[in-house]
Amino acid sequence: MANRRLAPAAEQPQNFAFTSENADWARGQIAKYPEGREASAVIPLLWKAQEQNGGWLPQKAIEAVADQLGMPHIRVLEVASFYTMFALAPVGRFWVQLCGTVPCDCCGAKELKAALQERLGPPGHVTADGNFSWLEVECLGACCNAPMVQINQDYYEDLTPESLNKLLDDLAAGRPVKIGSQIGRVSSEPKDAVNTLTDESLFDGSRVGAWRKRFEQTEGADQGGESVKQDEAASTEARVKDETKPARPSAGRANESNAVDAPAERASAGQIPVKPEDRAQAREAKAPIAQDPAVEEDKALRTEPPQHPATVGAGDDVPEGENPEARADAAGTRPKGLDAPRDDRPDDLTKIKGIGPVNQRRLNDLGVWHYDQVAAWSPTEVAWVSAYLAFPGRIDRENWVGQAADLAGSKG
Amino acid sequence: MLADQDRIFTNLYGLHSPGLKAAKKRGAWDGTKFLLEMGRDWIIDEMKGSGLRGRGGAGFPTGLKWSFMPKKSDGRPHYLVVNADESEPGTCKDREIMRHDPHLLIEGCMLASFAMGAHACYIYIRGEYVAEKFALQRAVDEAYEARLVGPSNVHDYPFDIYVHHGAGAYICGEETALIESLEGKKGMPRLKPPFPANMGLYGCPTTVNNVESIAVAGTILRRGGAWFAGLGGKNNTGTKLFCVSGHVNKPCNVEEELGITFRELIDKHCGGMRGGWDNLLCSIPGGSSVPLVPAEQIIDAKMDFDTLRNLGSGLGTAAVIVLDRSTDIVGAIARISYFYKHESCGQCTPCREGTGWMWRVLTRMAAGRAQKREIDMLLEVTKQVEGHTICALGDAAAWPIQGLIRHFRPEIEKRIDQYSANPHMDAVPMAAE
Amino acid sequence: MTKILIDGTEVDVPADYTLLQACEIAGAEIPRFCFHERLSIAGNCRMCLVELKGAPKPVASCAYAVKDCRPGPNGEPPEVLTRSGTTKKAREGVMEFLLINHPLDCPICDQGGHCDLQDQAMAYGVDSTRYRENKRAVEEKYIGPLVRTAMNRCIHCTRCVRFLAEVAGVPDLGAIGRGEDMEITSYLEQAMGSELQGNVADLCPVGALVHNPQSYNVRPWELHKTESVDVMDAVGSAIRIDARGREVMQIEPRINDDINEEWISDKTRHVVDGLRLQRLDRPFLRENGRLRPASWGEAFSAIAARMKGADPKRVGALVGDLAGAEEIFALKALMSSLGVTNLDARQSGEAIDPAWGRAAYTLGATIPGIEAADAILIVGANPRTEASLLNVRIRKRWRMAPVSIGLILDEQPDLTYPYTYLGAGTDTLASLAKGDHSFLDVLRKAERPLVIVGESAFGSLAGIAALAKDVGAVSAEWNGFGVLNTAAARVGALDLGFVPGEGGLTFSQMLEPGALDIVFNLGADERVIGPGAFVIYQGTHGDAGASRADVILPGAAYTEKSATYVNLEGRVQMANRAGFPPGDAREDWAILRALSDVLGKRLPYDSLAALRKAMYAEHPHLAAVGQVEVSDAAAALEKLASLPAATEKASFASPVTDFYLTNPIARASRVLAECSGLARGRALEAAE
Repeated sequence: MANRRLAPAAEQPQNFAFTSENADWARGQIAKYPEGREASAVIPLLWKAQEQNGGWLPQKAIEAVADQLGMPHIRVLEVASFYTMFALAPVGRFWVQLCGTVPCDCCGAKELKAALQERLGPPGHVTADGNFSWLEVECLGACCNAPMVQINQDYYEDLTPESLNKLLDDLAAGRPVKIGSQIGRVSSEPKDAVNTLTDESLFDGSRVGAWRKRFEQTEGADQGGESVKQDEAASTEARVKDETKPARPSAGRANESNAVDAPAERASAGQIPVKPEDRAQAREAKAPIAQDPAVEEDKALRTEPPQHPATVGAGDDVPEGENPEARADAAGTRPKGLDAPRDDRPDDLTKIKGIGPVNQRRLNDLGVWHYDQVAAWSPTEVAWVSAYLAFPGRIDRENWVGQAADLAGSKG
Repeated sequence: MLADQDRIFTNLYGLHSPGLKAAKKRGAWDGTKFLLEMGRDWIIDEMKGSGLRGRGGAGFPTGLKWSFMPKKSDGRPHYLVVNADESEPGTCKDREIMRHDPHLLIEGCMLASFAMGAHACYIYIRGEYVAEKFALQRAVDEAYEARLVGPSNVHDYPFDIYVHHGAGAYICGEETALIESLEGKKGMPRLKPPFPANMGLYGCPTTVNNVESIAVAGTILRRGGAWFAGLGGKNNTGTKLFCVSGHVNKPCNVEEELGITFRELIDKHCGGMRGGWDNLLCSIPGGSSVPLVPAEQIIDAKMDFDTLRNLGSGLGTAAVIVLDRSTDIVGAIARISYFYKHESCGQCTPCREGTGWMWRVLTRMAAGRAQKREIDMLLEVTKQVEGHTICALGDAAAWPIQGLIRHFRPEIEKRIDQYSANPHMDAVPMAAE
Repeated sequence: MTKILIDGTEVDVPADYTLLQACEIAGAEIPRFCFHERLSIAGNCRMCLVELKGAPKPVASCAYAVKDCRPGPNGEPPEVLTRSGTTKKAREGVMEFLLINHPLDCPICDQGGHCDLQDQAMAYGVDSTRYRENKRAVEEKYIGPLVRTAMNRCIHCTRCVRFLAEVAGVPDLGAIGRGEDMEITSYLEQAMGSELQGNVADLCPVGALVHNPQSYNVRPWELHKTESVDVMDAVGSAIRIDARGREVMQIEPRINDDINEEWISDKTRHVVDGLRLQRLDRPFLRENGRLRPASWGEAFSAIAARMKGADPKRVGALVGDLAGAEEIFALKALMSSLGVTNLDARQSGEAIDPAWGRAAYTLGATIPGIEAADAILIVGANPRTEASLLNVRIRKRWRMAPVSIGLILDEQPDLTYPYTYLGAGTDTLASLAKGDHSFLDVLRKAERPLVIVGESAFGSLAGIAALAKDVGAVSAEWNGFGVLNTAAARVGALDLGFVPGEGGLTFSQMLEPGALDIVFNLGADERVIGPGAFVIYQGTHGDAGASRADVILPGAAYTEKSATYVNLEGRVQMANRAGFPPGDAREDWAILRALSDVLGKRLPYDSLAALRKAMYAEHPHLAAVGQVEVSDAAAALEKLASLPAATEKASFASPVTDFYLTNPIARASRVLAECSGLARGRALEAAE
């Protein structure tokens, strides 16, 4: 590990503040810890700050987090420089972390490393188009699916140099990609040869409660007491069934926001709706089809990587290879565009952090020329553009809309 | 082969839903209240009786560990901290539990916390596991919604569970470093004593357990310590998740009985050895921290704590890294050495200075750019690190190298000979890295 | 008490002792780097590893408690081996690791000669290296003007980090990065903000942090070391003055658990160059409005001519902040013999009359006594700038167990510990006394409340004393009423009664234009004498006092004379001579003795010993060096409380506005001027 330093002043943003949504989230995190132990939240807060800042942690964010938690700046800098997941200098839009520790190393990580070196240049540098930067990191804990890389927050496993290059091509071009195993494994099962956990009785609920026999036998002498106990237990079971109504825990306990807009999370959710209410709608829409509630739940909660988790909208039903607009149409509504910039003077959209020259061009193609246009995007429009640009969640995360509103304000 | 009925992690591969309803059908949260009503002592006795040894690498008896917590609170709260900072190279089992069977873990947290009088539990998940973090958080939210946990829940035991995440530091898998990290500091291990059971998180009695150790608790309590103890062998009881990686045909995670032989493990579950058994060079049977075991010794060895210890290695996290004859074994161990240099926290001298030294020497050796007498020097340096550090990372950095020199000294010498037999330009001095 | 075997010797030690302490009691030396008695235990250098029988591996003796050792199978005491093969091997191994990345630059390292690593490498290391790789290179860090870094040499013991976080309370240093790339630095290489930062260089066991001002200038073996006391404030920290030839090269702390433990403030340490600059090295006479160098004879005869026939009522004498008791005593004797009653040494305010008893102008609780206080009220003082080491003790008290601390001052400074800010001045005091503020209950409930009164609140002494009485600050066992003086000379001068005699003018009255014909000024530079008087200035530096003088008599600074100082606790201490005054300058008592001769009132002592004999005869407590004479606190408090209450409303402003520039010596120092500038910059930044 080389010396980790803050990025040079020229690259540092002048200031940093959590967006109001993230600030709420941060308060929720702090509430997880006992009073006086706010410092415990330093890693989650830095993490969020990094996410908000496009994948790296600027000096002002370190100071903002320190001030919020009442910690000396140097203590937070210590933390930020100790933990390697904090990138202290700008990273590419796709931040590729290649696992290079032995299980991956002996299964082809060396070749992946060479491929990355050839394609993206030396580690730690952002490519000219701003799309990629890469680094070899230590064990990422997906050893049965070696070799693998982590790109932004998602794991891509069972790679070869060819599949990695294709993956990078797809990401750069905004094509849908498949998170997880690239050779069709669900997770870490032996490929095409699962010979365990095949007994259906494990899953149909038929074995639930079977273990209680053991207590009936051992405590046979005390039959009466046991039956009472059993009844209690059974009634508990029944009660649980009855009481699974919305009983959100009281305030003071921090719940992770369900609407966090990160691809990995959505991957695990199996769907994309940007807002909770959209998600609820999506669930409802599916409900009639589901026969067994468990199946329904299965769909909602399965962590098996869905086919196009990163880019596809509400449905898993958009076929692969469909053009971006069709893909986007499935996710939201297309924002209205202008035929040409007003007064022939388009705004410099690259001033919005997260938009580079390529995406500016693509947005222009959509008829988006001005900050106020971006600022006016509705959530469904954001979803549409997200899907169109194959930028899962990035628009929200980087708060393009807010940035654009600021820029539009300062311009006007 | 372990019968399906005796497997604890029935959704290991994520072929079924991780959600609460499906998890209940698979037996999670089945009679938890009944178990809690059996009382604290019963739970700890049952756990002791199961012979469960910690699944995080050290193999310390879990029931015993729970029993170290003060029986009565002196006013300080008790904490359970679950170590989900799975970073030992080769290990990827907890990941599957958290994303596919999270309710077993949450239920285990409830039972363990009850057994040690804790009303709050933090699950410290490694920062890289973003998807796993969300999956686990979702399961926690489900459990709250179903009032299985929470300040007032159907089990009548106030209990809060929080998911906390790290940000990339292997050392935070060490229990005291994990506590430091959870307190918002750098993950630097603490001096012991005092042990966490006296002075842990926020200075309060704390027990730190591995995910797997906690997640098996519910099933063990339901089916009985005796059931668990009946699997495997003496002192090496129960089932264990094995993470087989490297040069096997079908690398995978699998739950098996402790004491399964290496050969059976590979043949039954992993599609056999790549290129046949003759192609096996050696195996690192317990994650990168344990010394390697050469083919002839490992091939029919029982995979359990004691057998592997007797082979001069260890079961560790049961992360079986299989290496075939194509492997550059010196280079592979040098890579492991780099890992420890990279992950040393820098707090104490032998590890901070020694890991870099060992890596540099070994890197030269991998290329043959060394003297034969340096092999003994390297061995001595590993001995100077081992046992002289605050935590076990120093030991973990030393052991793989000791294993290499023990079993593959001729290979190192061969490289040195090859290098010196060929004319070379003056070696370019290595830049200090 | 627990029995333990150390190298076969059985010792009986308290169970909470560490093995290291037990070993020291048994006479076994344990090498260490990170361990320091006054800092928390880090246990990271691993140099103190010892073999503990029955333990699987060597244990860090600095962190392992005797009570954690397991007895033998038959109950025999645990056994520690400090000379065994295992211990030796562990030490040699750790030493080798410490040295592999340590540069071989001892010949140009300022630490050479007093370097722990050097010494211990000789004692516990091996003689050759096996490390063939390149050594680590670490960039130098800027951490302030007083400490220069050479980070290649750092062994990561974190003493500096712990000192600043724990003792100084200004956590400006940290270790960033990890593993072998861990580096000690301040946040973005900003200057440290502590007024105690020089101590980190003392604590550094290697040459990674060295004192910047004297770097490359001194070697420990060429220095002549003199034990003395500091006069930069009234705390009287124990110091060691290191001189080469006649020049003072550096000032280091000396251990005195009663006062400064082993820390000193940066002002104390780095005033050194001020001792060289702006010195008055010969007498001067004002002629035609300009000062010209003169001989002693000329100067004395000019004074004699002026004094001849002067009305004693029109003559006065002032004593400044740095004077020793001897010269005050001599001056008082001389003035008395001339019939002069216009005497005063209370440069910062005249409220206190020594006749009320010693408890009225000292901190009777003593500095170690602060650790026993269970509630503290500070009125009109900023202890951090007025007496930094006393502030360290308050912080230490707060760290031992949180304690309620209240402050009445016109600002809310960072005192390095949390306090309850009560208000700015007399109004607050009145409402507190009335019970409008809950802090009164805190004080009342406390068993040993401590009330510290700063100079700016002297006008309200009566009210504060009444409050102190009310909360039971003074009892038979506890003297919780104390005054925080800021000048080293003050308590001594009050002890000697250097205050206006019958009908005499006070300090302020003497400064009035035309109040006097002749003023003899012994080193008072903080206030200016009004026009009209003929001023004889005896002092060391060309500061405010000298520029107002008509005759200048060059005296000796505190490092150049043997002199008695009484600190703010009332503790008598002796400063010792480490060098000679420059040029024609002389020790102050000798100047006064010579002057008395010229004035025809020869003082009856020919030597310092004779002077002291006379002084001790009048003031016996001054003979008890190192002691605090116990005085009747209750009576003094009674007396104070019975004074007429102040009627004027005022807010209390600390007399120290610039910590680094409080006296003529400090003002002459370039190093302290730089520190002062930095501190001002920080204050401005904070204000924004």
